Amino acid sequence: MHFVVCIKQVPDTTEVRIDPKTNTLMREGVASIINPFDVYAIEEGIRLRERVGGKVTVITMGPPQAEAALREAISMGADEAILVSDRAFAGSDTWATSYTLSMAIRKIGDASVIICGKQASDGDTAQVGPGIATHLDLPQITYVRRIDEIDDKRIVAERLLEDGHEVIESSVPCLLTVVKEINEPRLPSLRGKMAAKKAQITSWKAADLGADPARLGLNGSPTKVVKIFTPPPRGGGQMLAGEPEQVTARLVEVLKETVVGAAS
Amino acid sequence: MTQEPIKVIDDKCVGCRLCVKACPFGAITVGESRVAVIDLTKCTLCGACVEACKFDAIEMAPKAAAALPDAFSDYKDVWVFAEQSEGRIQSVTYELLGEGRKLADSLKMKLCAVLLGSNTKPLSDELIRRGADKVYVADRPELEYFQDEPYAAVLTDMVRRHKPNIVLCGATTIGRSLISRVAVATNAGLTADCTGLAIDPETGNLLQTRPAFGGNIMATIITPNNRPQMATVRHKVMKESESDAARTGEVLAQTVAEALLKTRTRRLKMVPEQGATVSIAEANIIVSGGRGMQKPENFAVLAELAGVLGGAVGASRAAVDSDWIPYSHQVGQTGKTVCPKIYIACGISGQIQHLAGMSSSDVIVAINRDADAPIFKVATYGIVGDALKIVPMLTSAFRKALGK
Repeated sequence: MHFVVCIKQVPDTTEVRIDPKTNTLMREGVASIINPFDVYAIEEGIRLRERVGGKVTVITMGPPQAEAALREAISMGADEAILVSDRAFAGSDTWATSYTLSMAIRKIGDASVIICGKQASDGDTAQVGPGIATHLDLPQITYVRRIDEIDDKRIVAERLLEDGHEVIESSVPCLLTVVKEINEPRLPSLRGKMAAKKAQITSWKAADLGADPARLGLNGSPTKVVKIFTPPPRGGGQMLAGEPEQVTARLVEVLKETVVGAAS
Repeated sequence: MTQEPIKVIDDKCVGCRLCVKACPFGAITVGESRVAVIDLTKCTLCGACVEACKFDAIEMAPKAAAALPDAFSDYKDVWVFAEQSEGRIQSVTYELLGEGRKLADSLKMKLCAVLLGSNTKPLSDELIRRGADKVYVADRPELEYFQDEPYAAVLTDMVRRHKPNIVLCGATTIGRSLISRVAVATNAGLTADCTGLAIDPETGNLLQTRPAFGGNIMATIITPNNRPQMATVRHKVMKESESDAARTGEVLAQTVAEALLKTRTRRLKMVPEQGATVSIAEANIIVSGGRGMQKPENFAVLAELAGVLGGAVGASRAAVDSDWIPYSHQVGQTGKTVCPKIYIACGISGQIQHLAGMSSSDVIVAINRDADAPIFKVATYGIVGDALKIVPMLTSAFRKALGK
């Protein structure tokens, strides 16, 4: 079976700090990492290959430097990597991104299961996975926390819901988005790191995908960002000092009304 | 040579680096030439630098000519997807109706609910009481519960036939899975997880404001040249509409073509989470614990307070990774984003990823032994002390005050 994992390179938010004076993001020297949710997707792709055989291809759309994310996926155990990169993709929203990735997956041709992280940590939309499934007319199981059964005809997986989970059977090919609970990603082995260094990364441009230029990048994106601003800081905080008895009594006093209101 | 979508006018640029600071995507550098250079592979054309530049040295190509308003005149009304589970409307739907009413009024359009389900009569009546002028209903046994493909196909079909101007949906598991498919199928603009919605009085565009980068910046997004405009909306941010038995409205039963009900997935089983009385996404009050709780048994202390307050128990990633509590309770960037009325953080230091998931709560109470913990920066009320000692006292004080 052919497992295709879609990944995204994002800024490492653990390194993002807020400038206390200007209250803006300090991004200087912030490293780029694989979107944390996508690491679970890569791991699950590799586990499925180990379970039923086949190969794992990782694919990313991004700037040329996103190649580093692909090499990292290979060091974990992915077999092949494709970088989809072109200035024509600049300014893509989730519509154009899912279209572009779907065209690349069409070009791959024989994908059995497409795996994405549930969302990216910079945009937090969770829209690209289902978007790809729709462009490819594939069934989907989102928020997967466990894969119970898989063969080349069908897959049974558990979807995490707000208040429980459901067990869903899908025909194959299909698209999954996965949550953190699904596995514990492995660290790259020494052999993996060597392979990653030597690996040939396939590079596709817009023209290679046979995509409709009107659906790419800014032109293919229905949404536009018109304003970016820093949220107003939460002001008015106060520290409650004193003996625990006093402090808890004060808290009850200030919160009681809200608690009663929340219960109604 | 194609025109660059954004460019620096070298003669005007003085190399002041204001744009470098303003760029949320780290796409601008000022090199030795003392002129700003924009890396187009990183740039998202958000325009933050254009606003920041005091020398008018950055220009964006004019946006494609706006579609004639006439082309949009077919697109009417504000739609709210009515999420239902086991025959109950989810409360996020009432929040959307509350917000949708304001949008519909400022556009002088109707507010409509869209309901997919089976035996939906009591539900459509309640949607009218909650403010819907019209309820479009697809009532079929096959639509009893959410299934990705038939739900997306039926909603897509209804959008194509009735042409709504705006479609709102809860930013829930179901909402995000569903509307992402519908937006692609109908060429609609879709903005995720909005916390603010308004109508631009000049253009009639929906102004959709949402947090990005884990809440560190806010972005306002529009869909200028396409209709419908679709958005998912964060739970608990908007105010629920009140139920008013005197309200009247129309219920419009929709015929559903058999082909739309085709599905390649099948739900084999639905398992509600054991023991959890309130999910953190729904809860008005959350009592949350982190590494400072020290061991799993101590979460019972938090559960007791949550019980008295009628709330739910949350956790930081550290507590979940230590297997003290299941992942479904995790608040933060890799867990759930919550927005309760009161969030009580016990023994949580407040890493940026945790803050991303809870900093829009109305009231934040932080209890931590470390006076320098970042959680105190977002706290409405901060207490420096041992959560293990203070929480039980808080529980008994609330028990007394609430007469429980």
